[in-house]
Amino acid sequence: MTAVFLVASAFLASAVEFVEALTIVLAAGLTRGWRSSLTGLGAATVVLAAIVAALGPTLKLIPIDALRLVVGALLLAFGLQWLRKAILRASGYKALHDEDAIFAREAEEARAAGRDVRAGLDWYGFTLAFKGVLLEGLEVAFIVITFGSTQGSLGLAALGAGIALVLVATVGVLVRAPLARVPENTMKFAVGVMLTTFGIFWATEGVGADWPGDDASLPFVLVFVVLVAFGAVTLLRRRRVAFA
Amino acid sequence: MRFFVFLWDFVVGDDWRAALGVAIAIGAAAALVAGGVNAWWLIPIGIAIVLYISLRRETTRAS
Repeated sequence: MTAVFLVASAFLASAVEFVEALTIVLAAGLTRGWRSSLTGLGAATVVLAAIVAALGPTLKLIPIDALRLVVGALLLAFGLQWLRKAILRASGYKALHDEDAIFAREAEEARAAGRDVRAGLDWYGFTLAFKGVLLEGLEVAFIVITFGSTQGSLGLAALGAGIALVLVATVGVLVRAPLARVPENTMKFAVGVMLTTFGIFWATEGVGADWPGDDASLPFVLVFVVLVAFGAVTLLRRRRVAFA
Repeated sequence: MRFFVFLWDFVVGDDWRAALGVAIAIGAAAALVAGGVNAWWLIPIGIAIVLYISLRRETTRAS
């Protein structure tokens, strides 16, 4: 059960980030040229691979309880950000994430930027793609490393992220347009719920408390977080209507 | 310096009070466990309260 949650969480979180990275790479490629954009994508991928290769084995040296406490605390802080924004979006207090609008804005800025050629590359296109992929990819790396090392299954977490990468890259190459039809806001909601669930579970184990039923309690934590999140959305929607 | 700004934004985000609330919930659970109480229930409840306060603050500001 934990393995399924692990792969599903890594897949969903990675897919969301890869969709965002694809939008930036497309904006850079279509406006500044594919050579610079794809070189930026490749360079960022190499940096990310180096980070994962360096941090993954290092985390295995930390005692598991200490690791779960640190990772649980980080995931809770990180996951609550996702969940909070997702609840605000679902209740109408925050604008929905719109890949088409983001693509249009990025493309407009890229068209307006001056031309600066370095190492034979259009530097704006290169840095736009590099920074975009690196920043979105860092979130994926963070989730894969923390989930994988804490659960002792780095391979499973990487599998979830890998499936998401192949899927998003394939669809991206086929359609050559921002993946606006991906239910990104729903996926972000699910990721916020899962990050918070794992954060609660591991932080509690990290402080030395024992869950009733050990790993079997994880689905109940998930249900608790889902109920809290949907309860918050319902309350905020009513509140918004009352104030309107 | 830019790295720490990035790290802060990455982990804490735009509501440092929520991150502080998470730290308090974990610290309180650790204190109870050290005192011999199996406080598995504290962090889930603490997180629900932190989320409620954070959302209330955000939506009150938006209204």
